[in-house]
Amino acid sequence: METVALGLLLYVVALLTMGGIYAVLALGLNVQWGFTGLFNAGIAGFFAIGAYTSAILTTLPADHSDRVFGAELPLPLAWLLAMLTSGLIAVGIGKICLRLRSDYLAIGTIGIAEILRLFFKNEAAVSNGARGIPQLPKPFEHLPQPWEQLAFLALVIVIVAVLYVALERALNSPWGRMMKAIRENERAAAAMGKNIERRRLEAFVLGAMIMGLGGALMAHSFKFIGPEATEPLMTTFLVWVMLIAGGSGNNRGAIIGAVGIWAIWSLTEIMTSGLPPEWAVRASYIRIFLIGLLLQIVLQRFPGGLFPERSAVLVQADRSKRAPAAAE
Amino acid sequence: MLEFVNFYLIPGLVLGSIYALGAIGITMLFGILRFAHFGHGDMMTMGAYVALAVVLAFGLPAMWALPIAMVLAAGLAVGIDRLFYKPLRSGPTIVVVIASFGVALMIRSVIQVVFGVDVESYQPGFQRPVFLFDGSIRILPRHLTIMAVTAGLMLALHLFLTRTKMGKAMRAMSDDPELARATGIDTGRVVVYTWIIGGGLAAAGGVFLGIDTQLTPMMGWNLLLPMFAAAILGGIGKPFGAVVGGLVIGCAEELATYPWLGDGPLLEPSYKSAVAFAILVIMLIWRPTGLFKGRVF
Repeated sequence: METVALGLLLYVVALLTMGGIYAVLALGLNVQWGFTGLFNAGIAGFFAIGAYTSAILTTLPADHSDRVFGAELPLPLAWLLAMLTSGLIAVGIGKICLRLRSDYLAIGTIGIAEILRLFFKNEAAVSNGARGIPQLPKPFEHLPQPWEQLAFLALVIVIVAVLYVALERALNSPWGRMMKAIRENERAAAAMGKNIERRRLEAFVLGAMIMGLGGALMAHSFKFIGPEATEPLMTTFLVWVMLIAGGSGNNRGAIIGAVGIWAIWSLTEIMTSGLPPEWAVRASYIRIFLIGLLLQIVLQRFPGGLFPERSAVLVQADRSKRAPAAAE
Repeated sequence: MLEFVNFYLIPGLVLGSIYALGAIGITMLFGILRFAHFGHGDMMTMGAYVALAVVLAFGLPAMWALPIAMVLAAGLAVGIDRLFYKPLRSGPTIVVVIASFGVALMIRSVIQVVFGVDVESYQPGFQRPVFLFDGSIRILPRHLTIMAVTAGLMLALHLFLTRTKMGKAMRAMSDDPELARATGIDTGRVVVYTWIIGGGLAAAGGVFLGIDTQLTPMMGWNLLLPMFAAAILGGIGKPFGAVVGGLVIGCAEELATYPWLGDGPLLEPSYKSAVAFAILVIMLIWRPTGLFKGRVF
């Protein structure tokens, strides 16, 4: 009985941990798409660069490994460097594509994700090739079960909370309002003297850095990173569905969408894993189909998502309604 | 020199023909509907597997299954547009791009459910090359067919776009949709025809890739980057620019692996798609309108 309860607890904790890491990725995408309207189709690439940077910087190459480079930096420093590398790549691709309409950015980011995937798959000296990098350190791994998992979940929750508060403040700051102005009407914003390209680059890089952090968290959570982790489906598409379903432009929506979609994704996996093997494989593709269909239904029927972005005018009206009440 | 032609240039032209067939659809859809269609690679996969179903059902050779696959795929493309893109047309076009991402995934998962994930082929076996010019040029019969049929399809497309009323209407709408509508062009029909042409040619490209190599559910998705590069290289909205772009990218990818310097290939074959990406980046920096003065949005 106790083992069942423990198993259930560990399952719920793992579910929430993964949901939290996806929430980090969705928050990163929200900065790019939700705040600024930038279409990043290469989330998998920024995820991978963060994951691999952190993995390489925290482990030394094992014996018989093809890998040459490695270091044993403390985790927080490695995560910071993972964010920086991801941001640097974003500066490069952003400078090229952000001058043009969003479709070109989508094409460019698909390209960068593909190149990064090839790079990590082929350059064994850096990434250990197809075998990936095992035995990554995980925070709190010396604690006994279930405290290890609980402590890691707490860390993820703290990171999500810090990001949420920071992004909410950014969104309601002059910078955030300027971003929305650019998204809604680029010409009007340019006429007001806003440097559009520069602001877009800022949002793109900030989002990419957050995605890099998400990648690093994922790698250390699994204690492993390999090239199949950068497949476009699992990361890019799932994160898009999470943000669109949750409500793009709304940080709370991004977090709830991430945890919710991850819960659906992971619970349906349990349901299909009970099927006979030849059906289980097919059923997993039916799940992917249904996630695609869910996206279409949300786009057509609920374009704002579950928690639509609140327009600035409404927020302002709310405030002025509340302000006189407070004054009385 | 002959080795260069036989093992690098001809495969480059074959690959380029396949890219061109997909890139035509991408550039026309971008020009007329104004969105980057991320489902196009998977529409090619769809065409290839529809042909596989015909091959398996009737025991026809793949080349005979091609016209049937093209018609069915064109119909499916129109249906996909009706169901998933048309309802979003009134909103910002970038939302349609997101939807096309989803469509790509849905097409692929349907194929994976129906056909499984294993590698398939139309007919197993080995083709003997035919020798041209006293045996100095060796070319596989399937390569000859692919290039000849592609050339025929291009000619048909050229005649359609320049000689028929619908073809002219399509070019007009690609140049200026507002003006086209004002002159009484039925834009709804133009859209349907665009999908028929784009979907049909994509299916042809997919079938050719299947004939040349094998069928896998990921085959089309992997073509997406070189095809976008081809469309941008040729200039958005320019079908023949896309053909040139496709051939250039196909050849560049193959030729980059030729041992230009020293003994080894100049570029490892596993990095082929990096060539397409490099061309894409250069074009976006240097000349986003493409070689043939296409549009930039």
